[in-house]
Amino acid sequence: METATQKNPTVVTIPVSVHETEKVRGAEVLIKGLIANGVDTIFGLPGGAVLHIYDELWRYREQVTHYLVRHEQGAVHAAEGYARATGKVGVALVTSGPGATNAVTGIATAYMDSIPLVVITGQVPSGMIGTDAFQEVDTFGITLPVVKHSYLVRNVHELEDIVNEAFYLAKEGKPGPVVIDIPKDVTAQLTEYRGPQNATLVFEAERPKPSVKSVELAVEKILAARRPVFYVGGGVVSADAADELARVVEILDVPVTPTLMGLGGFPTAHPQCLGMLGMHGTYAANLAVAESDLLVAVGVRFDDRVTGKLNTFAPNAEVIHIDIDASNIGKLRKPQIPVVADAKEALAALADRFAQESLGKDRLADWWEQINEWRSEVPLSCEYSETEIKPQQLIETLHKVTDGDAVVVTDVGQHQMWAAQFYPCKRSRQFLTSGGLGTMGFGLPAAMGAQLACPDTTVVAVVGDGGFQMTNQEIITAVQYNIPLKVVIMNNGYLGMVRQWQEMFYDRAYSEVDLSVSPDFVKLAEAYGAKGLRATTPEELEDVLRQGLEYDGVAIIDVVVSKEENVFPIVPAGGESRNMILK
Amino acid sequence: MRHTISIIVANEAGELSRIVGLFSARGYNIETISVGKTLDPRWSKATIVTSGDDTTIEQIVKQCSRLARVKEVKAVTTLPHIEREMALIDVSVTRGDERQEVMSLVNIFRAKVVDISHDKMILEMSGTQDKVETFIDMLKPLAINEVTRSGTVAITRLSALEGSEYALQRAA
Repeated sequence: METATQKNPTVVTIPVSVHETEKVRGAEVLIKGLIANGVDTIFGLPGGAVLHIYDELWRYREQVTHYLVRHEQGAVHAAEGYARATGKVGVALVTSGPGATNAVTGIATAYMDSIPLVVITGQVPSGMIGTDAFQEVDTFGITLPVVKHSYLVRNVHELEDIVNEAFYLAKEGKPGPVVIDIPKDVTAQLTEYRGPQNATLVFEAERPKPSVKSVELAVEKILAARRPVFYVGGGVVSADAADELARVVEILDVPVTPTLMGLGGFPTAHPQCLGMLGMHGTYAANLAVAESDLLVAVGVRFDDRVTGKLNTFAPNAEVIHIDIDASNIGKLRKPQIPVVADAKEALAALADRFAQESLGKDRLADWWEQINEWRSEVPLSCEYSETEIKPQQLIETLHKVTDGDAVVVTDVGQHQMWAAQFYPCKRSRQFLTSGGLGTMGFGLPAAMGAQLACPDTTVVAVVGDGGFQMTNQEIITAVQYNIPLKVVIMNNGYLGMVRQWQEMFYDRAYSEVDLSVSPDFVKLAEAYGAKGLRATTPEELEDVLRQGLEYDGVAIIDVVVSKEENVFPIVPAGGESRNMILK
Repeated sequence: MRHTISIIVANEAGELSRIVGLFSARGYNIETISVGKTLDPRWSKATIVTSGDDTTIEQIVKQCSRLARVKEVKAVTTLPHIEREMALIDVSVTRGDERQEVMSLVNIFRAKVVDISHDKMILEMSGTQDKVETFIDMLKPLAINEVTRSGTVAITRLSALEGSEYALQRAA
């Protein structure tokens, strides 16, 4: 049992000036601090408590581009999309009270998926805190359980260090959202700005390396295993460790199964990739894990959507768990070999070590034979129809017309699972999704942020008709700034995933899932000044998708799909993962 | 199982609520908590008594260590350590024999009388949680008006004796 830890965190102290410089407002310190940390893009919506900040932002508009969203949830999701697509820290700026509470869903989404964000919230003036002032809310308290760290800035002289530290903490170790709550008076007070050359804090975090001993123990176990599986997740993506992962598994010739958050961390089309595992994972992936004798878990957290019933998950496997966050290790499954390290560093160390071994070819031939049998027994597939567009067909056609190169940003629900299953990813940061929190409404604004981060790549938001209606107000933001976003609505007239569960587990009682009364999405698109298109038949699907994707601007493509298609395979919640329902 | 955790955290507004919030968010119980600044006033030390199996305690240690302003976390009950709690106890004593009885308990337990009036005494007792509880229990036949307990504070120490209980535990 590991029962004691020690580290060396910093405490922000008010700096003593060594040389006189010109005094500037807190608001300007904040903007200069953002610029010093490499920020050129922020998403936000102004209000009373952040007026000084917006005033400075106006003066610095050449250096920092602010995108005016129409709802603060959109600002945070857009910042997330930007961060997920690049690995850089995303920045959102909102006002006090309702501005901050509207941002909470986005902050929690980023927290669950370990996305680096800095969210700046305005606060009522220091002297009014605690008086139930207009637009006052305890932002520090409300966001406390969903942030990596947070600040209530009480003194303008601390602000510069706080901004620098916020960016450091957002990226360091396991990334996450950091909130800076700034009372209005602090943004007006004067202080000195010292600049990055005089900063007291480091800007780049070191990547923790694995211990030599843990690597040796892991190597020994991996070489001894007869039925090993690499189970890889978001940690591989956030550490940008795809190359190192490919090196290790290619030397070893072992099967790999990514989680939803790990999609793209290993190319789906790679012959060693079994596809996603878990609740809607492939037959081969779930059975391989169930039968494995060694699970090499990299940057994963044994989420319930992956494991199903925990004590029957990989029941005969020993576990090597590589994670940057020590608290993830042993939280749900006790590993035989814990490796607390950055995924990139750990995989590189393993690859270097295995490169020295002479591994017999076909040493896992029996295992591969078994796996290939499972693969051909139940591949991911779908029967097309002549009259209706099948949702899987929509994703496969989208894959075809984008040459598999688009960044796919999903919302949450059935379409998300079909996108995960039927859009093979080539690279990290190609598949962006709200995995942990499962936030409907994430897709559209996140895709907007991703499109800004990757201006030369096609970015497609794949959303359901339910989630789309939660944040579709951001279409106008994309139109306003000429962000050439493409939105594909998989429209089945239902809150589809809930309907599927009601069909399968609640005796087809379709309680409050009918969305057949919805706006005309084509007209809605046109009302926003975007291009609206619709496909209703299989013949026109490809053509309509092409038209939409080729359009030079924001396109909303409403694809009417068969209403009661279900996502398969499915492991019922809390079930044993080898017991998949296949159709 | 009962465990005492000691956490060194920045002496800043909001940092203690972050720790307490973590306990409630993750479903850990807080039996007692006591906090005071360390020798270096920029840091506070919190002593938390909680309960859980080994896995839970390990998780508590790891989860607390993740907090940005936490410098050190120790499950002190797995190390050689000293634990103390203090209680202030207000008892009614109206007759001379009652006062005699209280005084004899005070002597046996090495407690202190810190306030006295015609019909009341306030006692100060410090010791292990067990000892404090036994003392309160012994006073129960008399009329206890009020008890205020500090919660446990703890400090680790070097293992004094080779072959001591702790040394054996650690070796195992």
